[in-house]
Amino acid sequence: MSFAWAKPYEPKSGFMRWLDERLPLPRLVYGAVGGGYPVPRNLNYFWNFGVLAGVFLTIQIVTGIVLAMWYFASADGAFNSVEHIMRDVNGGWVIRYAHMNGASFFFIVTYIHIFRGLYYGSYKAPRELVWMLGLVIYLLMMATGFMGYVLPWGQMSYWGAQVITGFFSAFPLVGEPIRIWLLGGYAPDQAALTRFFSLHYLLPFVIAAVVILHIWALHIPGSGNPTGVDVKDEKDTLPFHPFYTAKDGWFGAAFIGLYAIFVYFAPNYLGHPDNYIPANPLSTPAHIVPEWYYWPFYAILRAFTVDFILPAKLWGVLAMFGSILLLFFLPWLDKSPVRSGSYRPVFKRFFWILVVDVLILGWCGGAAATPFYIALSQLAAAYYFAHFLIILPLISAFERPLPLPNSISESVLHGEKKEAAPAGIEPRTTTVAGA
Amino acid sequence: MLRFILGLVGLGFAGVLLISFFVGMSNYVTSPPEPTAEEEFHLHPKHLRLASDGPLGKFDNKQLQRGFQVYKEVCSACHSMSLVAFRDLAQIGYNEAEVKAIANQWQIEVPSTNPETGEPATRKALPSDRFPSPYANETAARAANNNALPPDLSLIAKAREGGAAYVYSLLTGYRPQPAELLKKFPAAKTPQGLHYNPYFANLNLAMPPPLTTNGQVTYAAGNPAPTVDQMAKDVAAFLVWTAEPKLQRRHASGIAVVIFLLFASILAYFAYRNIWATQKRKVRVTGALDPKNQAKSARAKAKQGVAG
Repeated sequence: MSFAWAKPYEPKSGFMRWLDERLPLPRLVYGAVGGGYPVPRNLNYFWNFGVLAGVFLTIQIVTGIVLAMWYFASADGAFNSVEHIMRDVNGGWVIRYAHMNGASFFFIVTYIHIFRGLYYGSYKAPRELVWMLGLVIYLLMMATGFMGYVLPWGQMSYWGAQVITGFFSAFPLVGEPIRIWLLGGYAPDQAALTRFFSLHYLLPFVIAAVVILHIWALHIPGSGNPTGVDVKDEKDTLPFHPFYTAKDGWFGAAFIGLYAIFVYFAPNYLGHPDNYIPANPLSTPAHIVPEWYYWPFYAILRAFTVDFILPAKLWGVLAMFGSILLLFFLPWLDKSPVRSGSYRPVFKRFFWILVVDVLILGWCGGAAATPFYIALSQLAAAYYFAHFLIILPLISAFERPLPLPNSISESVLHGEKKEAAPAGIEPRTTTVAGA
Repeated sequence: MLRFILGLVGLGFAGVLLISFFVGMSNYVTSPPEPTAEEEFHLHPKHLRLASDGPLGKFDNKQLQRGFQVYKEVCSACHSMSLVAFRDLAQIGYNEAEVKAIANQWQIEVPSTNPETGEPATRKALPSDRFPSPYANETAARAANNNALPPDLSLIAKAREGGAAYVYSLLTGYRPQPAELLKKFPAAKTPQGLHYNPYFANLNLAMPPPLTTNGQVTYAAGNPAPTVDQMAKDVAAFLVWTAEPKLQRRHASGIAVVIFLLFASILAYFAYRNIWATQKRKVRVTGALDPKNQAKSARAKAKQGVAG
């Protein structure tokens, strides 16, 4: 795939040759994440988060399979089975906390990965499908995370399920029957819990399958890079292995260290205390909040408070789904030919406003629905929609981007030399060591 | 066309949000929300320092045993602790004989069946039993407590905002209702059968003050004096343990794991530096091609009115 100079796989031993002739799996791996995948040489650390997302998906699948050996998907027994894992199963507490915090960290790295894509224009041609498959993964993650949060059958599990499936009842006529059909009853109960468990076990494997498509589609044009300039020749790239495996290796170990700090020293920091109270259909918690990674969307949902033509609740649900679905149109909303935000002075400012805006939405979504937070989330949500659907198309039409470097290696070499150079200079063929 | 349609969608959502915002604002101005007694008089938990706090925190078994004594002599009259077994007490320093004796002498017996007749019966608790509930069921618990349900205490330190500090503050927070509150919110007078406690979310708590007098529980020699404050601290510490008996183990393995990962990432970092030593390591665009410098010169040019 990708570039002409990509090294073909050469079996190093008789056995590997034998295997390669019959089942070219080593060849596939070599071409996907080995020495046979040329990667732009100028990637910064934001390009490590894709691999990290894969690492956290793996952690979630492994810990989840082990938890499922002890977990009981029963409305009477689920809560106590989780506590049994925490108290009496050997090492159960670490597996359960690793899974709980693994979900949060999977979302943290995915959000950084998504915002990296937004800043560096990773959604632009020819990587539109890479971006859209990524969004499919993200939607599947949200569904999986939600259903996983229901499984311990604590108060927030139960009421979260109640609220989120309640979205469907916002739709006229068909809404309520759909909600009842999804839950298998009028309220979350045994039927809902069992099917959520079944789907929570299934969807991660669907995610893994879409991840394969995501990487496959990525490998056709190859990875993007911080300049956004296309790879021109071999000097622009380095083989994935050993260069980026080494970089991912150390950064991954350090990031897993951060994750370990949460697992071992603040395992409940990202959770909600109410989920340590067993589910009680007769007692509604004072503030029902979803997990932190849904807060921006929860804020958008709650921001609609006026029945303007449509009921406010329907507006909220449409906007919440719309806020993610609009990202599928991003490659066509932003038609600037320059990919990297580094060369787009106007875009760059609005990008950072968007980052702050989403953080504000998250802050509002996690807070109680007081007039202050509702008003703030209304302004922030209005900006969110305006940013993607109005501002971004306008910027891409009017903005004058800065001149781009002629090639990746030119930008790198001149970076090292730290001096001005006329455009169109011959890139040096020898690499500058160390510096 | 697509951009035009999507732009209209964006205008629609943003417009409805702005309408919502202005309607909300005008409602707020014309009828501002009334202040409530909860908002003004609810207090955040007091500071509580326990041996189990922090990444190196360990349980203080002597304190946990005192806390267990408070649970046994005071709390257990109303509160169950269904996730903890008598055998678990071995983890806080009781030996096998003591655990057996505690189970055997427990006031409430464990539901069982008569082996001869098969009829429901009760028997003395065994170390393998979990703490039996003081009430047969929820209805009985509510009937005995003015329709309030005493929560199970096993997980209480994890199930409340503030954790152990909240438990400690609640137990020591009972006081007469402030005159200021009654003056400002006459309707918020604590109803009959409830008790004023500013650490409780709605200020009025069904539980009567459980720890009322110093020396209510007699501690063995060599322990601090059983003041209300000390007893509250001890039982809060005990409830941290019941909520997460593996906490100390978690801290100990956490230190090892984090040190290991620190070493692993340092080694991996040097490996990375070594591998990249022959290549361009840093990916910096500086000099004339640095976008910052380019922006600077573009601005300077614009100022001087030079094109390009």
